[in-house]
Amino acid sequence: MNTSNATEPLAINTKDLNLWYGTFQALFDINLKIKQGIITSLIGPSGCGKSTFLRSVDRINERLGYVRIKGAIEVLDQNIYEPNVELAQLRKQVGMVFQRPNPLPISIRDNILFGHRIHNAKSSSKSEEDAIVEDALRQVLLWDQVKDRLHQKASVGLSLEEMQKLCIARLLPVKPSILLMDEPCSALDPKGTAAVEELIWELRGRYSILIVTHNMAQARRASEECIFMLMGKVVEHAPTEKLFVTPAHKETADYIEGRYG
Amino acid sequence: MFEATSINHHNDQVQLRYKIVFGVMLVILIIPVVAILFTLIAKGSHAMSWPFLFDDPKDGMTAGGIFPAIFGTIWLVVVSLLASVPLGVAAAIYLSEYAPDNLLTRLINLATINLAGVPSIVHALFGVGAFVVFFKFGTSILAASLTLAIMTLPVVIVSSWESLQSVPRAFREACWNMGATRWQTIWHVVLPNAFTGILTGVILQVSRAAGETAPIMFTGAAMFLPFLPNSVFDQTMALALHLFVVATQVPDVPESLPFGVALVLVGIVLLMNTVAIWIRMHLRGKKKW
Repeated sequence: MNTSNATEPLAINTKDLNLWYGTFQALFDINLKIKQGIITSLIGPSGCGKSTFLRSVDRINERLGYVRIKGAIEVLDQNIYEPNVELAQLRKQVGMVFQRPNPLPISIRDNILFGHRIHNAKSSSKSEEDAIVEDALRQVLLWDQVKDRLHQKASVGLSLEEMQKLCIARLLPVKPSILLMDEPCSALDPKGTAAVEELIWELRGRYSILIVTHNMAQARRASEECIFMLMGKVVEHAPTEKLFVTPAHKETADYIEGRYG
Repeated sequence: MFEATSINHHNDQVQLRYKIVFGVMLVILIIPVVAILFTLIAKGSHAMSWPFLFDDPKDGMTAGGIFPAIFGTIWLVVVSLLASVPLGVAAAIYLSEYAPDNLLTRLINLATINLAGVPSIVHALFGVGAFVVFFKFGTSILAASLTLAIMTLPVVIVSSWESLQSVPRAFREACWNMGATRWQTIWHVVLPNAFTGILTGVILQVSRAAGETAPIMFTGAAMFLPFLPNSVFDQTMALALHLFVVATQVPDVPESLPFGVALVLVGIVLLMNTVAIWIRMHLRGKKKW
């Protein structure tokens, strides 16, 4: 019985989400329905709450200690702010890629296996681990470049582009369904940006991807739906092509034409 | 159009003057260190011999060896480290990784730093009251070591805390985002990268524990004991106290004896520091980020 033909399955569904840093309110009544299996980009001027929103989806914000939240975020139909939600399980479902590539100071192979190892009490055989490493690196189009130096330190000898791909690859062995990316290309040169964008496009369908970007051209090229935020509020959420060609709001039009930002 | 500016040689001279001033400061700092080592070696080296290192004191401590004092100092340092390192590192982990950043945490940090400045004789009195009398350990190695541990604890906490804080936050975020718990993050990523820093803090405290006289004087160190301690509930001799005794309390001591004791004490501390520096360099060679 499938009664929900009309509504597509949602990856992230927020209900009246409000967020404060101390007394400063960063997010106002966010109601977003982000679909599964597509790439959604999040654009807006600096300080509009894009990263804050992204960081509340895997609850990494809370480490700051002075963050207060009202409302709900449902990830795959489960409200992640309910008290019985286990953070480790949530973060298995939701992987985050940061602005600056942050490989751990261990070998490439150990980076990929890190998540797998902490989530599996008994250790896997070497051949199982080899298969996991190869699969993850192939998915991010990095296998051919690094297959001969898997035991090398991940923080030396890799270009930023390769490190960023590695940071994406190491999320995959724990089988997340959502990937959050916080300006994943802003530390990369144009060639690296193109390569990582190609990779993100490649991962579409297998993962729901939410990507924050300052680069309007990138949002336009590499996403299917686009959300425009301003001063902690969602202004517009539409298919990317529509948002860029016929924006419904004046603020959106002004921003994408570069009148502020 | 741009015009070439003339090169100002006056600036170069000012720079040179600064360089000389700081260089002289450095020399002034080094002179006492070299002078102390030189005096110790010049006056203490002819007291050195195998019997001096491995025999008991004789003739009212005016002759013979200092083995019980060396042995006792090692006992005291080891037992005090066994108490202060696990406790101090655990406290630092709590403060750095678990404690929320609020007024209470900042007060605790401040109190810890201030505790490091409490004079050692005050720690000694605390040791007498707490360990010798209240816990009924008597004057013993245990009481003396715990007093030393209390004295060194603040610095172990502060230096461990600083090493933990110096591990980049990006590493922690990377771990959390793969679903690692706090403890998994600490165990697999934070501690391995903070290890050399923690070790340095600990080693500095070894030197302090070995050299302090006041905290052990009333709590467990004896002026003269003709036998070696069998357990932590025995009293013991210790190098620092022995040096004080032979230098000021015993008549007719040959001049080379106190210098010999001091040389051994400094030698042990230097040896420990050297080992620590070697371990650090060895580990750092492997660490890159």
